[in-house]
Formats: sequence, C-alpha cells, structure tokens
Amino acid sequence: MLSINIEKRLGQLQLKVDTQLPLQGITAVFGRSGAGKTSLVNLLGGLSTPDKGEIRLGDKLLYQQGKVNLPPEKRNIGYVFQEARLFPHYSVKGNLNYGVRQDNPVLFNKVVQLLGIEKLLSRYPITLSGGEKQRVAIGRALLTSPDMLLMDEPLASLDLPRKRELLPYLQTLSQELALPIMYVSHSLDEILQLADYMLVLHQGNVIAQGALSEVWNSEQMRPWVPMQELSSLLSAKVADRHPDYPMTRLVMDDGNHLWVSGHLAATEKKLKVRIQANHVSVCTEIPRGSSIRNLLKGEIKEVYTSDNGEQVQLKIALGRDELWANITPWACHELQLTQGKAIYAQIKGVTMTQMDIAESH
Amino acid sequence: MLSDFFLDSSVLSGSVLNRFLLSDYEIAALLLSLKVSSIAVIASLPLGILCAWLLARVEFPGKAIFDSILHLPLVLPPVVVGYLLLISMGRKGFIGQWLFDWFGISFSFSWRGAALASAIVSFPLMVRAIRQSFETVDIRLEQAARTLGSSRWRVFLTITLPLTSPGIVSGMIIAFARSLGEFGSTITFVSNIPGETRTIPLAMYSFIETPGAEYEAMRLCIISIIIALASLLASQWLTQKALQRTASAC
Repeated sequence: MLSINIEKRLGQLQLKVDTQLPLQGITAVFGRSGAGKTSLVNLLGGLSTPDKGEIRLGDKLLYQQGKVNLPPEKRNIGYVFQEARLFPHYSVKGNLNYGVRQDNPVLFNKVVQLLGIEKLLSRYPITLSGGEKQRVAIGRALLTSPDMLLMDEPLASLDLPRKRELLPYLQTLSQELALPIMYVSHSLDEILQLADYMLVLHQGNVIAQGALSEVWNSEQMRPWVPMQELSSLLSAKVADRHPDYPMTRLVMDDGNHLWVSGHLAATEKKLKVRIQANHVSVCTEIPRGSSIRNLLKGEIKEVYTSDNGEQVQLKIALGRDELWANITPWACHELQLTQGKAIYAQIKGVTMTQMDIAESH
Repeated sequence: MLSDFFLDSSVLSGSVLNRFLLSDYEIAALLLSLKVSSIAVIASLPLGILCAWLLARVEFPGKAIFDSILHLPLVLPPVVVGYLLLISMGRKGFIGQWLFDWFGISFSFSWRGAALASAIVSFPLMVRAIRQSFETVDIRLEQAARTLGSSRWRVFLTITLPLTSPGIVSGMIIAFARSLGEFGSTITFVSNIPGETRTIPLAMYSFIETPGAEYEAMRLCIISIIIALASLLASQWLTQKALQRTASAC
C-alpha cells in the first residue's frame, strides 16, 4: 500500500490528498491541467516537500511532518519526466547505467530488450528521436530497481506516431516487471490502454478513486469530462469472428453480445471496451430493418439533464456493467424514458475501433 | 611543484627558445609571466568555482553586495588593489605579518606576491565566465539525477561540473590572459625586481623608461600580442563548444 496523507499550498491551489493506493499494476492519476497531478508525484518523489502530513510506501516512511523527509536519492522511487531529461554528456549506455548500484547484466539485458534500445547503446542523446529518448529515460529509471515508478505524462511531449510507438512498451512493462507504476495523464485514451486503477484529482482534491471501470463510469467523472467525450467502459471477452465480414463478436458478463470492427486476436483475458455516450442511442422496442449491429437489453438507472438543457444523459444498467447514452431532451420526453424503464441500447459497430479496446491485466 | 617545473624547465627550454631568437632577458620575463599567471589561475580556481556556484545557484542575504565586492577589482584602479595588498599582505601588513609568523609565507617582493595580485585582478573575469556556465546547466537534469539515487555531491561532480567544464576552461583562459597583462597592482605591491617579479609588462615598462631601448620594447609588445590573441581565440572556441553542448541538453 502507498499511503498518502498530505497537504501542500501551491499558489492558489491547496493540494490535500488523503488516500491509499495499491502497490501493483498501473494507477492513473487523472485531472485537468492545474489540478495538482505533477505536484502530487513530485511530493512522492521527494522533489518537493509537503506542508504537513505523512507519506508511507509499504512499510517505509518517506515523509513525516517535522521528523522524516527522505531526499529523492534515498526513496528508491523511479521517475520518468515529461521530457526525457537524458544527460547530454553520457552515451545511452552511460545514461542507463547512471543509477545502477550493483551490476546486473540479466536485468540490463531484459530492460534493454523490453524497450527495444539495443541498437542505441553507444549513441548520444542528441542523436535520438523523441520516442527513443523517452524509452532510454524509462530504461534508466527501471535499472535503479525502484520500488515504484512515477511517470509524469511521459507521452505528452511526443507527437501521435511516437505515442503509438511507445504505448505498447508501456503496456508490456507493467506486466513483465512486477512494478507498481503511478501514471499521470490528462489523456483518457492513454489511461484506457494502460491503467488498472484510477485516481481523479480536481483542484487539489481526490474526487474519485478505484478500479478503472468503476471510476470511469462513476458520476464523479461525469462533470469533469466534456459532454462530447463522456464514455463508458464495458468488460467483455472475445467470442468469435464473423465468418464473412471483418468483425469480432464479444460477449459481456450479462450475456449481451457486442460486435466490434476488425479482427481481434483470440485471448482468454478480459477486454475493456470504451463506448462513447454520443454513439449510443436508445429504443423502447426491437427496431426492424436497422443497420445497427449491436442491440443491448438494459434498464435505465439514472436520467441527468445537462446544465444548458441541450442534452440528456442516461445511465443504463447492463447486468453489472453500466452504459452512458447521450440523447436529446425531445427524444427523452417522447419515449417517456424514466428510471427503471426497460430499453434497448443501440451501438454502431463501426464506432468501436482498436483504440477503444484494451486488455485488462 | 608547478613552480619547480617552471624553474627547472627554464634551463631546458631556454636553449629551445633561444632558437626562436629570443634573448635570455626576454625568456626570463616570458617564463616568469607564464609561471605567475598559471599559478594565479590554478590557485584561485577552486574559490572561483565556489563563488560562481554561489552566485548562480544560491539566494542569500547580501548577495548583491557580495557580487559587487567580487567585481570590485575589475573597476578599481589596479594601483589601488596593489596598495591595499601592500598594507594588508606585506611583511608588516596585518594579514601578511600573521602569515609570516605562523607559516613563514611571505608575499612581499616575491613572485608569489605577483601571483596573488594577478589572481585578485583576474578573479572577477574567471567567476563571470564560470557563473554563466552554471546558469546554463538545466536544473531539471540535476533533479533527474537525484531521483536516480545520486547524492547532491555526486550530482555536482557527475552532472553539474562536467556540463560547466567548457565555461570553467574558458574562464581560466580569460583569467590567464588578464594575469599576463597585469601591471599596476603588481608593480605597486611587489615592485619591479628582475627574475623575481619582472614579468613581460614590467620588463616592457623598464625598456620604455630606458632611452634607446624602443626595439626591445617593441619585441616584448609583439610577444604580448601573440599570447593574448592566442588566449582569446582559444576562449572563443571553447565558448562555442559550450554553447553547442548546452543546446543539445534535454
């Protein structure tokens, strides 16, 4: 467990975090810019000091007001920054070995292979691309054998192709090395692909935390996500492929089927499927002659009207899963959609692509 | 040790330099100049790095005054610096007497005094160059090094100092060139003694004072110009390299 109970004044912002986080898998710290995300990881890494409180990593006390304040070098916490921060006067190999205390060729080879940087070892940082630099920076942090890894928007300074290049490395990382990672991001795309656990910061306070899909679908998230980007996470397993068309059928926990675009690799692992609320429509009876492939039977759990009155958000219960739908108030009145009403949710198959699907760990 | 090297080598290199058509007199002045300037630079370097680091990285009360006092030798007439040295570091001076009584070190009327005067006059130039270099080192790199398990001291030695090194070298060269040209405070503090404190500028002064020695004065003048020019070029080249290096930092 990572126990954090701290307060820190940062200009206008009062950062106040009192929480416990699991020391396994990837924990995403989500929030708008200025919510205090970077400040929080800086406090954990020892790069800044809280005004009061306590930080404990496992049974190691990192900070206690007035008594203990371990300097960064004594915390054994790896830190990957937004910019790679490689040392220009060291080669890639020199950078990787900078924090190594005890030579461990097995770990070195494993990390180098995992990150695909074998061919870069003798080069200098100035000759590397942004994605390569960031991979070296990750390797450098890993080779210190940290108890935990902090990553502060490691993809934010990269362009989209570089992001796509780096994302798979991050995915394998958390699985291959049993290392807890705290991943700061304001990108829900990245969080969907990487995280198992999620913590939402708003104006210095934790407003939600828990397993990814729980937080994702929770009401606390709704106000902090733009209406157009509201989405739900469903969990499902790969069942089979369509015999004639490039589509894959997923089975959800409640038995509902979900057809998604493309051929997915068969896997025993559960998948997380993101469905945009804007892509979900609702009907009260089974429609005929529709192009829509996905018809999920469910029940309306909650009805919210947006602040400006232009949209209605429905929370639909599908077994244990929940699905958000964005519809117009007009449709809501006409169909008399109220809490408890049984409906069919329709989702276009083409709207769900590879970017919306990730494996659970 | 270093002074021994110069004293010993004066015998050896004397014959070498003779071939370049330098007179014994010129060789003595040249070697003395090089010895005084080298020792002035090397002895003041650690303090120079410390002061530059303080000015670049630490906020403390009285920093503006500290900065001004450090720059004083740059703007004071050298004769004032020489006079201050004379009354403080001379055999009868309040510090000089104490040093002589306790350690047997004397600065007055010796090449050591010339080195001390050179060091003080060139110190601001050295500190300025090193300070600028410290300011270009990205603090975020130092933070990253800390998270990789390095203590402050190790970060300084492995990250800060290597990235500052071009500035340190260029600061040393500028200070060296300034020391070679030092005249006013030297002649005030340690006088103009052949073989002991008569460096190139002092030797030149003696020739100018001597009627009919214009030719000898001109020869020393040319030697001075060549050394100064070489130092400035070396400094420029190193600054360029330093800029390239910091541009690549990320």
